[in-house]
Amino acid sequence: MEFLHAIIVLSNFVLIPAIAYGSQLALGALGVTLVYGILRFSNFAHGDTMAFGTMVAILFTWWFQSIGVSIAPLPTALLALPIAIVVTAALLLGTDRVVLRFYRKQKSAPVILLIVSLGIMFVYNGLVRFIIGVGDQRFSDGARFIISARDFKKLTGLDEGLAIKTTQVITVITAVLVVALLFWFLNRTRTGKSMRAFSDNEDLALLSGINPERVVLYTWLIVAALATIAGTLYGLDKSFKPFVYFQLLLPIFAAAIVGGLGNPLGAIAGGFLIAFSEVFITYAWKKVLTYTLPEQFAPSGLMQLLATEYKFAVSFAILLVVLLFKPTGLFKGKSL
Amino acid sequence: MIEIQDLHKHFGGFHAVDGVSLTIEQGSITGLIGPNGAGKTTLFNAIAGLHKPTNGKVLLGGEDITGLAPHQLFHKGVMRTFQIAHEFASMSCRENLMMVPSNQFGETLWNTWFGRKRIADQERALTAKADEVLEFLTISHLSDEKAGQVSGGQKKLLELGRTMMVDAKIVFLDEVGAGVNRTLLNTIADAIKRLNKERGYTFVVIEHDMDFIEKLCDPVICMAEGKVLAQGSLVEIKNNEHVIEAYLGTGLKNKEKNVVQ
Repeated sequence: MEFLHAIIVLSNFVLIPAIAYGSQLALGALGVTLVYGILRFSNFAHGDTMAFGTMVAILFTWWFQSIGVSIAPLPTALLALPIAIVVTAALLLGTDRVVLRFYRKQKSAPVILLIVSLGIMFVYNGLVRFIIGVGDQRFSDGARFIISARDFKKLTGLDEGLAIKTTQVITVITAVLVVALLFWFLNRTRTGKSMRAFSDNEDLALLSGINPERVVLYTWLIVAALATIAGTLYGLDKSFKPFVYFQLLLPIFAAAIVGGLGNPLGAIAGGFLIAFSEVFITYAWKKVLTYTLPEQFAPSGLMQLLATEYKFAVSFAILLVVLLFKPTGLFKGKSL
Repeated sequence: MIEIQDLHKHFGGFHAVDGVSLTIEQGSITGLIGPNGAGKTTLFNAIAGLHKPTNGKVLLGGEDITGLAPHQLFHKGVMRTFQIAHEFASMSCRENLMMVPSNQFGETLWNTWFGRKRIADQERALTAKADEVLEFLTISHLSDEKAGQVSGGQKKLLELGRTMMVDAKIVFLDEVGAGVNRTLLNTIADAIKRLNKERGYTFVVIEHDMDFIEKLCDPVICMAEGKVLAQGSLVEIKNNEHVIEAYLGTGLKNKEKNVVQ
């Protein structure tokens, strides 16, 4: 019984939140890794692209709510998602046309494109804050829980509750669907194959008659979709605040690099690795240990390795270790 | 077929190609020889669109194709291979070949979702074509191997195969023979000859192996220090004093003298 309680507490506070957070990071890291693999630069504007996409989704959610459109018990934001993807794609393609294309034509070094993406990041950053403000926005509606802690206790007669939020389930299901679709697209379709070919060997791809502008176009479309979905899911699960999305850049890059930049499979593995490390290290283990250890060993402290305020230190530490000892990442990616 | 008029390519102060003018006849296999650093590969890159020429013109059948992007030149039937074989390492040899024909039906997002049947038909035709090419090059046993894992010589064959997936007009081969053993070199030479005879491909070949040149090429162009040194049949080139001084060395001449004596 004690052990069962420990497992339930662990699932409730560690496993389920980490799986949801990991899915969001994985989707974000996939976007970063695609840009790195195909367009060959580290896109620092990705966090703010996510913020922009989420902002558009929020604005349309509010509009839908005001005219009474809803798909309850699912959150209205899912309905706004396709529109947000289109708007974000327009923004990315516009940016590419106005800014990035110039540098591509010059065959600029990746490090120059990286700095350019920093500039784009600041512009997006300002754009989002200008439109929706810097404050916290909540936009999730519909059913809040699939099963709440109290219902769970009543149902099972146990002392500990297990809550599963609707947003967590939606996050995981959406992430699985999106990843399956992406891999099918990259591996099975002609367009996906030419994108892989372009990433594999740019010169040869050009000489095989692959139109680079078309590859770039499709890359941005996919990145817009990935960023908007990742951002909206994160916002639904927690809340939307522009600064938080800017900060998300660190765990997302850590995830992409840990998995091996340019490797989609690695980005997913990296996302979960970072999410689980972050949650494990910042969780207060007191309750779980009290249940599992014999009574005389029960801890009196919180048993928390790191305060949650320091959670970004975890990504940062993992990033450093990987860059020092295995710069190409766990899965084989392009070396930095 | 291809006419190059006073082509220059400068990298900063270095004149890699320094005023090259030459004509390549339709249906010929032209050899391009010269010492390392003579500007042969740069000339290829400038023609094939990887570098924009600093100055000068490239005409394909009278049409100005100077400075077009590689994928645009591809549509005009201009193809090239690389000195160090390039391949899509993570794809199989067959997939490598199937990448080649451009503007395939499945290349637009709309058709990816709504034209499944037509894509499948086209893929089937392409697979058959790729298998045929692999057969021609005697590497059909490698069709499902990852291209990154086959030997250097086989990669060279694969590069040649790439030009066979579409009807190329003119193919620029950059040192097809480098690092390839004799037997495989003969296979490559045979393939080039057959493509030239049966399909009317025009070839321009950069090569250091004089036997290979002798077997295939007429005429031969010799470059040095970014300029064309001499142009003519192999015999003329071999006896040209500038060429001997810059590239062949006196050994060959002596050897031939001995043979004559």
